[in-house]
Amino acid sequence: MTDITTTPVDRARASELGPFARFLKATELDVRMLGMLAALAIIWVGLHFLSGGLFLTPRNLWNLSVQSASVAIMATGMVLVIVTRNIDLSVGSILGFSGMVMGVMQAQWLPQYLGIPLGSHWLWIIALCSGLIVGTAIGALQGYVIAYMGVPAFIVTLGGLLIWRGGAWWLTSGQTVAPMDETYRLMGGGPEGSIGATWSWIVAVIACLGVIWLLRSARTQRKRFHFPLRPVWAEVFLGAVACLVILGAVLVANSYGWPIGIVRRYAQENGITLPEGGLFIAHGIAIPVLMAVAVGIVMTFLTRRTRFGRYVFAIGGNPEAAALAGIATRWVTMKIFMLMGLLAAIGAAISSARLNASTNALGTLDELLVIAAAVIGGTSLAGGAGTVLGAMLGALLMQSLQSGMVLLGIDTPLQNIIVGFVLVLAVWLDTMYRKRV
Amino acid sequence: MVPLAPTTEVPLVEMRDISIAFGGIRAVDDASIDLYPGEVVALLGHNGAGKSTLIKILSGAYKRDSGAILVNGAEVAINSPRDAKQYGIETIYQTLALADNVDAAANLFLGRELMTSWGTLDDVAMEAEARKVMGRLNPRFQRFKDPVARLSGGQRQSVAIARAILFNARILIMDEPTAALGPQETAQVGELVKQLKSEGIGIFLISHDIHDVFDLADRVCVMKNGQVVGTAKTTDVTQDEVLGMIILGKCPPGAIPGPGAMKAAA
Ligand SMILES: Nc1ncnc2c1ncn2[C@@H]1O[C@H](COP(=O)(O)OP(=O)(O)OP(=O)(O)O)[C@@H](O)[C@H]1O
Ligand SMILES: [Mg+2]
Repeated sequence: MTDITTTPVDRARASELGPFARFLKATELDVRMLGMLAALAIIWVGLHFLSGGLFLTPRNLWNLSVQSASVAIMATGMVLVIVTRNIDLSVGSILGFSGMVMGVMQAQWLPQYLGIPLGSHWLWIIALCSGLIVGTAIGALQGYVIAYMGVPAFIVTLGGLLIWRGGAWWLTSGQTVAPMDETYRLMGGGPEGSIGATWSWIVAVIACLGVIWLLRSARTQRKRFHFPLRPVWAEVFLGAVACLVILGAVLVANSYGWPIGIVRRYAQENGITLPEGGLFIAHGIAIPVLMAVAVGIVMTFLTRRTRFGRYVFAIGGNPEAAALAGIATRWVTMKIFMLMGLLAAIGAAISSARLNASTNALGTLDELLVIAAAVIGGTSLAGGAGTVLGAMLGALLMQSLQSGMVLLGIDTPLQNIIVGFVLVLAVWLDTMYRKRV
Repeated sequence: MVPLAPTTEVPLVEMRDISIAFGGIRAVDDASIDLYPGEVVALLGHNGAGKSTLIKILSGAYKRDSGAILVNGAEVAINSPRDAKQYGIETIYQTLALADNVDAAANLFLGRELMTSWGTLDDVAMEAEARKVMGRLNPRFQRFKDPVARLSGGQRQSVAIARAILFNARILIMDEPTAALGPQETAQVGELVKQLKSEGIGIFLISHDIHDVFDLADRVCVMKNGQVVGTAKTTDVTQDEVLGMIILGKCPPGAIPGPGAMKAAA
């Protein structure tokens, strides 16, 4: 008899690993994500040279972060939608409709019908909340039709695309609503809508501590069950890189000063005499960017650490198996669309605050940017795969291309052509990569 | 119908006059079957005989058109997989029913995740449990981090079996559980069946391997074209007679004929 008490490990002979492969194995980094970061770096450096040094400046990077926020927020929700083999073509229109609700609420309905004076805090709070509720309700309605009535998501949200855009027009008969409440406008960024240098550094330090805490607690957990651990150098490396990225981003945000005109007005209002050579007041992190980061963290937590997230991926991998495991697949699907509606409404708040107006065209074609961001970020249209971080990076990548091309003075038609090419190229590369793994 | 097991006992589960049709096809037609604690009942029949459909009604995957299900003598309403699990009915599906894109531990606990005191998924605890139960089934298995899509057919089957035994089933349904397994793993499942049986668990075993069936089962139940041909103790019939039931629908003297038995005297 052969000795069967020592059970050999059941796997193919490991192929010889090169240094880079060993590094990847030790750090457990995702190659796909690295590829995306590399693509982003190439695009940034390329645009920097083509624009004669205009791209990698604090001013441009700061603007880029603000411009990406709304699409990045919506892309996190689109990941869940696409993971479950659905699609949402209506996000741009939901954004438009809920943005219009928030706009009319604060500029017309609340002051006129409820007599809330302009400048009251209730104005922006009630307006924002009703917008968020409206977005969620629209998502719930569409989700119900998709999940319980069995109409394909493509059709339901295609209908939604038309319905909510038309609905937004109806709210004001197509008129633009402006201006927005002062506090509300902070969500749009700008010198006022940024948290300044000191708070930015505080946020950075908290974020770094958070990263270290996460790495440590994951390690202790694995130790508790005697699971294989990452080598210590790999943990230190990951922590150091994450902290450097955070500190670097804040350094950039803090290097972008307020424009001279605004500094002068600020000095006048506060009775400060401007020193020789002007006063440098840093923007710091913009509030919409903070909101996007917060949404990213919450959504990552939701997908990775909660039942809901687990079910979303299980449904995407095998809907039948998920149902047989006793998961209420329809309810999960409906919740995903509600979440998508809520995120579109958050995007609406940021977009309308930035524009300082609600227009009928707000968010037009955003659905395509959002879907493209999610897909470039590695969300598979076949379902079952995708990450929140990837989608947010995808949004940043799309926005980088667009702002870069504006800097280069490229005409809009050519911009569209290039973006279209990049989208197809990115997905083709992704398909090639997936075949090899 | 006279029960074959000791009459004093109440059957663990009894399916009475179950019928279901898909479109025009009567996949299961007036089928009755029962199972006692610590008993293995094998379900046999040609491809498309209705075996999987019958047990899927018990596991809550399909809703029957007519008939009744009794657990411990009391009629129960099983309308969803969740209901079935509440009665301790666990199923290894022929298609395995795994979520391909998540790892083994996530599959084992799908729908019944372990949570931390913070209300978040306790992945480490689930992986630890997964390592324990997989160690019992397939000690060579080490690929706990991979999505199950990357596992071999047999490894996937091990995961499906592990999931069914993880939650202290009282009634276990195994639909061709060893179809993809190697000889060593098949033997291990055989041992597992015997062990579970000794713990008083009732098992429905669907298999096309008549040797396995005679090795493991106490009774056989043969289906043909959605109907039950007959039920017999494995000690009362020969393998050839059972083959005759499967192929011709001929019910031998040692078996209790069902509605699907060939009517004319043999
Ligand atoms: N969901 C379904 N829709 C329509 N017809 C079905 C469905 N499920 C099963 N059937 C039909 O019901 C009949 C019985 O199928 P079933 O899967 O129960 O067979 P089986 O005895 O398990 O066969 P096998 O040994 O091949 O697994 C077949 O004719 C099949 O085509
Ligand atoms: Mg079958």
